[in-house]
Amino acid sequence: MIEALQQKVNADVALVRRGRYLTTTFLLEIGAAAWLIAIFEGRIVSVTPGPFVMPSSAFALRADAEAWDKFCEHRPPPGSNDLMALIKRRALKAEGDLHIFMANLRYFKEALGKLRQGAGR
Amino acid sequence: MSAQFEPITGRYMHLDLFGRKHRIYVEEAGWGTPLLCLHTAGADGRQYRALMNDARVTSNHRVIAFDMPWHGKSSPPSGWHNEDYQLTSAHYTSMILDIMTALELDRPIVMGCSIGGRIALHLALDHPERFRAIIGLQAGAHVDPYYDLDFLHRPDVHGGEVAAAIVSGLVGPDAPDHERWETLWHYMQGGPGVFKGDLYFYKIDGDIRDRVAEIDTRRCPLFLLSGEYDYSCLPEESLAVAGSIRGSEVTIMKGLGHFPMSENPPEFLKHLLPVLEKIGRM
Repeated sequence: MIEALQQKVNADVALVRRGRYLTTTFLLEIGAAAWLIAIFEGRIVSVTPGPFVMPSSAFALRADAEAWDKFCEHRPPPGSNDLMALIKRRALKAEGDLHIFMANLRYFKEALGKLRQGAGR
Repeated sequence: MSAQFEPITGRYMHLDLFGRKHRIYVEEAGWGTPLLCLHTAGADGRQYRALMNDARVTSNHRVIAFDMPWHGKSSPPSGWHNEDYQLTSAHYTSMILDIMTALELDRPIVMGCSIGGRIALHLALDHPERFRAIIGLQAGAHVDPYYDLDFLHRPDVHGGEVAAAIVSGLVGPDAPDHERWETLWHYMQGGPGVFKGDLYFYKIDGDIRDRVAEIDTRRCPLFLLSGEYDYSCLPEESLAVAGSIRGSEVTIMKGLGHFPMSENPPEFLKHLLPVLEKIGRM
């Protein structure tokens, strides 16, 4: 499912345009699973599944599987409807150098929101 | 071509606040009981545009919203360019009372959202005799910081973009798209460091947990309306405030978020109108 992010994000012309100054690689961990997601000028160029020995990334987003499943519901319940809502509840950890994450926060919220059921169709 | 004008008028008021000259933008619409509206952190009085355009409210209320100094069309005071803006409980309170006096408002209803909801609790506690009733939207006694506030004001992060991105998830899921993005646009337009400076009040200076239970609703009725999807001021936090204040009334508004009057006016008005009617009968 996470691998679908590449096609779903790249198909959103406006999102890719807003991300045109964004080039980075970040680590997404959901429960025990992990993915390295590489972005070049707003387009996702690769989604590489783990496990990894020494993953290099600018920052990492780490959530437990249950919290992430709720975030991905078609209509998430209160407290699960947004990355910042998860962070506030300590259900999502954002770690590393968060400058690029915060400077492009709308991009990351909208990109990961593509994983929501019924989104990006 | 047919132009249409809204029934809102705006004026600039010159007023000394905290010993300094200020130029304050004030909007109003309607006639009747004064209803003074306080906007959220990092935004401005446009959040109340729908109320000022709704005859169910304006037929018997004079709805007034001012942009706080540094916000919207109000100016920062002379000398601002060498200062860090920081809102305190004392300045926020005196600003509201001084503007009420300047506008000759006799015991208005005051309604504030978020930081406005918090200061409404301060007003209920310290100045109940000045108000007919107090309505706190998204009003809690305290909010802990849940992100690094320094990201809101640094030259390598666009302040408007990050402010809107931080609050975007606070809008409820049922908000019409145009109202959602109008609400976020206001955040995108905030001046550098202003949202952060407001949050100094919201997250640090304005903490009222140790005094909120002392509010006496016999001196001034208190109504709390909170959106279900607000994770900044959680519904349980508004419920806790209400639970500690005898005589207060609280409603959790299903499907709404942190900006009810701006993100989804029709739904919000379903909750507000009965409160205004009740206040009218008091």
